Amino acid sequence: METIDLTRPDTAFIREVEKESGQTVSKCYQCGNCSAGCPMSFAYDIPVSRMMRLVQAGQKEAVLSAKSLWMCATCETCTQRCPNNIDVAKVMDVCRHMARREGKGGVYAVKTFWDAFMQSVGMNGKVHEIGLMVMYMLRTGRVFTDVDLAPKALPKGKMSILPHRAKGRKEVADILRRFHEGAADEQKVQARLAAAEQAGKQAATQEGGRS
Amino acid sequence: MRIGVFICHCGSNIGGTVDCKSVAEESYAFPDVVFSTDTMYACSEPGQQGIIDAIKEHNLSGVVVASCTPRMHEPTFRRAVERAGLNRYMFEMANIREHVSWIGKNKDANTNKAAELVRMAVSKLRLNRDLHSKSFPVTKRVLVIGGGVAGIQAALDCADAGLDVVLVEREPSIGGKMSKLDKTFPTVDCSSCILGPRMVDVAQHPNITLYAAAEVESVSGYVGNFEVTVRKKATYVDWDKCTGCGLCTEKCPSKKSFDRFNEGVGPTTAIIIPFPQAIPKKASITRDACRQFTKGKCGVCAKICPTGAINYEQQDELVSMKVGGIVAATGYDLMDWTVYEEYGAGRYPDVITSLQYERLLSASGPTGGHVKRPSDGKEPKNVVFIQCVGSRDVSIGRPYCSGFCCMYTAKQAILTKDHIPDSQSFVFYMDIRSPGKGYDEFTRRVQEEYGAQYIRGRVSLIYPKGDKLIVRGVDTLMGGQQVDVEADLVVLAVGGEATQGSPQLAEKLRISYDSYGFFMEGHPKLKPVETNTAGVFLAGSCQGLKDIPSSVAQGSAAAAKAIGLLSKDMLASDPQIAQVDMKRCVGCGKCIQVCPFKAIKEVDVRGQIKAEVIETVCQGCGLCNATCPQGAVQLSHFTDNQILAEVEALCRF
Amino acid sequence: MSAVSLGYYPGCSGLGTSLEYDASTRAVCRALGITLQDIPDWTCCGSTPAHTVDHVLSSALAARNFAQAETAGIDDVITPCPSCLKNLRNALEHMEDDLFRARVDALTERPLTRPHTVKSVLQVLVEDIGLDAIKEKVTRPLTGMKVVPYYGCLMTRPASTMRFDSPEYPMSMDNLLAALGAEVLPFPLKVECCGASFGIPKKEAVTRLSGKLLDLAAGLGAHAVVVACPLCQMNLDLRQEQINAANNTHHALPVPYFTQLVGYALGVPEKELGFDKLIMPLAPAFTAMQEACAKATAVAEKKPAAGKTEATAGGAA
Repeated sequence: METIDLTRPDTAFIREVEKESGQTVSKCYQCGNCSAGCPMSFAYDIPVSRMMRLVQAGQKEAVLSAKSLWMCATCETCTQRCPNNIDVAKVMDVCRHMARREGKGGVYAVKTFWDAFMQSVGMNGKVHEIGLMVMYMLRTGRVFTDVDLAPKALPKGKMSILPHRAKGRKEVADILRRFHEGAADEQKVQARLAAAEQAGKQAATQEGGRS
Repeated sequence: MRIGVFICHCGSNIGGTVDCKSVAEESYAFPDVVFSTDTMYACSEPGQQGIIDAIKEHNLSGVVVASCTPRMHEPTFRRAVERAGLNRYMFEMANIREHVSWIGKNKDANTNKAAELVRMAVSKLRLNRDLHSKSFPVTKRVLVIGGGVAGIQAALDCADAGLDVVLVEREPSIGGKMSKLDKTFPTVDCSSCILGPRMVDVAQHPNITLYAAAEVESVSGYVGNFEVTVRKKATYVDWDKCTGCGLCTEKCPSKKSFDRFNEGVGPTTAIIIPFPQAIPKKASITRDACRQFTKGKCGVCAKICPTGAINYEQQDELVSMKVGGIVAATGYDLMDWTVYEEYGAGRYPDVITSLQYERLLSASGPTGGHVKRPSDGKEPKNVVFIQCVGSRDVSIGRPYCSGFCCMYTAKQAILTKDHIPDSQSFVFYMDIRSPGKGYDEFTRRVQEEYGAQYIRGRVSLIYPKGDKLIVRGVDTLMGGQQVDVEADLVVLAVGGEATQGSPQLAEKLRISYDSYGFFMEGHPKLKPVETNTAGVFLAGSCQGLKDIPSSVAQGSAAAAKAIGLLSKDMLASDPQIAQVDMKRCVGCGKCIQVCPFKAIKEVDVRGQIKAEVIETVCQGCGLCNATCPQGAVQLSHFTDNQILAEVEALCRF
Repeated sequence: MSAVSLGYYPGCSGLGTSLEYDASTRAVCRALGITLQDIPDWTCCGSTPAHTVDHVLSSALAARNFAQAETAGIDDVITPCPSCLKNLRNALEHMEDDLFRARVDALTERPLTRPHTVKSVLQVLVEDIGLDAIKEKVTRPLTGMKVVPYYGCLMTRPASTMRFDSPEYPMSMDNLLAALGAEVLPFPLKVECCGASFGIPKKEAVTRLSGKLLDLAAGLGAHAVVVACPLCQMNLDLRQEQINAANNTHHALPVPYFTQLVGYALGVPEKELGFDKLIMPLAPAFTAMQEACAKATAVAEKKPAAGKTEATAGGAA
């Protein structure tokens, strides 16, 4: 095991997690309740209480590379039972967002599934379950995943082969496009808000001058 | 007037962020100031001597010390000026530590503010007058509220010192929580064997009057002369006639009453003697459970009682008395753990509290000391203890450590092994807190010799599966490893809270309490058993949760304070009280209405109604002064003119 | 009970795997006099995958639906799916912050103009319609059917967002099913996670977690596990055989939506409730119910008077 140098924590990382999640990670006293209640812990490489500890210690690489981020089911049990009122699930959320932004691969199957889901939404405006499955199978090569379910589900009419496309699907695609273009970036929006406020003030002064 | 000003550095506490020297120099400019200096520690012996010397050398008639809060050292400096021959009220204090140096970092601004505060103090001092205390006799009797181990200790110590003691206990027997315990840590000796004799001493002591099943109704008066009314609650048994034979409890047909003493482990009868060693050993009827009261007919106990002690018509009785000092020792309750839905919130019978477990372990308990779990009476093999239930939990508003759970859990794990040799205990803990004498060794012994499994981590969920309880926890020392225990019995180490009704009692006693209902001591370090109300002392868990040794120590400490107070025949009254200017008073009576102490009465002065202050009752709160529309009531040492002089000094621009 | 009109967000799975939830919700609302107005051309709410990418993105996907609701004059929306509910609620909550709202607007370019509320169908039935009103309309009581209610983890969590029932031990569905006459067994794992959307990428999550739920429900002697979430339903029903195979168990527990049972009790024809869409057939639960009923009646007939009225009370109501 490598030695961790505690004198050089990544304080910028700690601050970023705290800002995005709105949580104070130093409130965690490592009782482990989050790990105790986590239903997905069996599939984690790092239990959630240890994830919290790594965030406290500013261990950015360890946190963002953790498979756990991708196996969280967002069931909120950790948040619900935290004795210190920390929204642990939200900390996991923002760490996953950061991992995505940093281009971390995550757990391939999970990330691919979610990406396929988003692509289905982008194409149809809604999720088309069969389309999603096909997309997922093609990308992962797991062509036999859940084939056993098809004979059960298909005759029930639960799986329509053709997607229910929303008329507004272009609008949804635009939302995704704008997101990837960075239209919602915090600084950008903040600057625009400030400019609008400035313009509003000027207009008001002019108005005042005229009257 | 000749005023001297002393600016204290308090080491670097004030000197670090206030330029004390320049404040002292600036003070020369304030009216009537003839001497000003700065000093390293004004409260130290040389510091006080410096004040005394300056008074004599410069013929000072008043002194201002700018230093810390007056709560601690105002009496110190008053005594110093008195030693130099001045009246103790020719002294003012400016708080430039808590109000300046500790809260601001800007030295210039701090220095400026400190000088302003000194200017205010000087302006007030110029209007100060000599005030003189009067003396009054004290009542040499102590009221002890609460008959747990802390109250018992305080009562016995006071009584042994020759004082009359009135001990008031809410329950029908004294003994408190300690009487419910099977054994005590770290010696594992029998709780009732060591407490029982003390309880008997209380009953037999000629100086102690015991009112059990009674509560303090009201308190008025002041240090040395409190007027107390005690409500003796109806027990429907004439205790003068009751011999404690217990026949009634055997024959009572209503057998499903909640057993308060046994924490609801098994039911009890409607007429009870709480436990075999009860003091007083008298029967009392639980009205809600008694058929005579709920159904209007029964009367079995009345028929069977050989002394005719049963009296269904009995009413509450009020008893009034005068006491010189009061010791509050009202103890604690377990918090309501049923807020923990994830532990079943009371739905699972085999999830019990630590105090319930004590009753299961106790030979005098409902199972005769055989550990039988509540659901099916089976002897448990796997017993899980969960610590910090209701302690150190911000999410339910209990951030504090209850202090005694680590130790009693270790004791219970030892007792479990003693009672059931083939059992296995599992203790989920967050930190083991065992700083007492012999305590840490004890928590090691339970692991090394008794084989208890200690698991560092909280428990997230308990759920029943078949006749087992699945306890889902974590071992953080294994890196956050999820763990399950198939338990037969789960014991929750439930944390404590201030006993029910604590805030109400605090208000009757006019003492402060914190946001959890614990009574506030006068000073966290230097006045641990005193309160800010003269003559009222604290003992035991009502001040903050503590174990038996600490409770007993505090009981003795509170007794020492009460004995010290009442060792004097006369006490000096505080002269900082209200006074009525008869010429200005129009007899509107507004002051009488607002006075919280009933210290103002109406008097007839040559046919006109006027207000008059009862000097020994007035506490100097100043409400009357602020209320009087005529400005006729003035609080000595805080008159309108004195306050206004301070305001003017501040607002001189 | 006055007529209620509400906006309706069916959720994507309502078009596929949870057809019967959508159908039975509509049928129950009709029977209870609630008029549902679909949000015109609704789209994905953002759901779990978008939530894992970014909160602004998932809120923007939700916000488009509120913008659509506004075009139809809808302010108050209900949805059967707790996952959609959580995402729609989260979006409204986050958008109370001006900067967050501006970021969402930058993605949708359709700022919302009115305040909105979202509730679950369960919440509306229990809180707005009320158990007494529902009980009054029961024509086919479920007397004798032993059920365990399974809420899933999302219905009441996080408590601060959902503001409905207990986040640890909810009782609303228990009480609702009891009002229908069913025998509701206390189910200690009623909010434990079922494995959620990991069915596809990490099947073990479902076989383990849902397996535990089925084991406990079967151990309690339940005739059915009643659910309120499409994802839970899919895991427990569609994947029940996968679970059995993985855990070497032999469960055959029907997993109906609570709306299907409410609809049945209210007398809605079965074909409108989509019983045939369930993988594990519901019929055995009704058989067990009738057997239990018959047994109770037989016992009651042997012991006349008090027992009899009790046993037949359900049937007469």
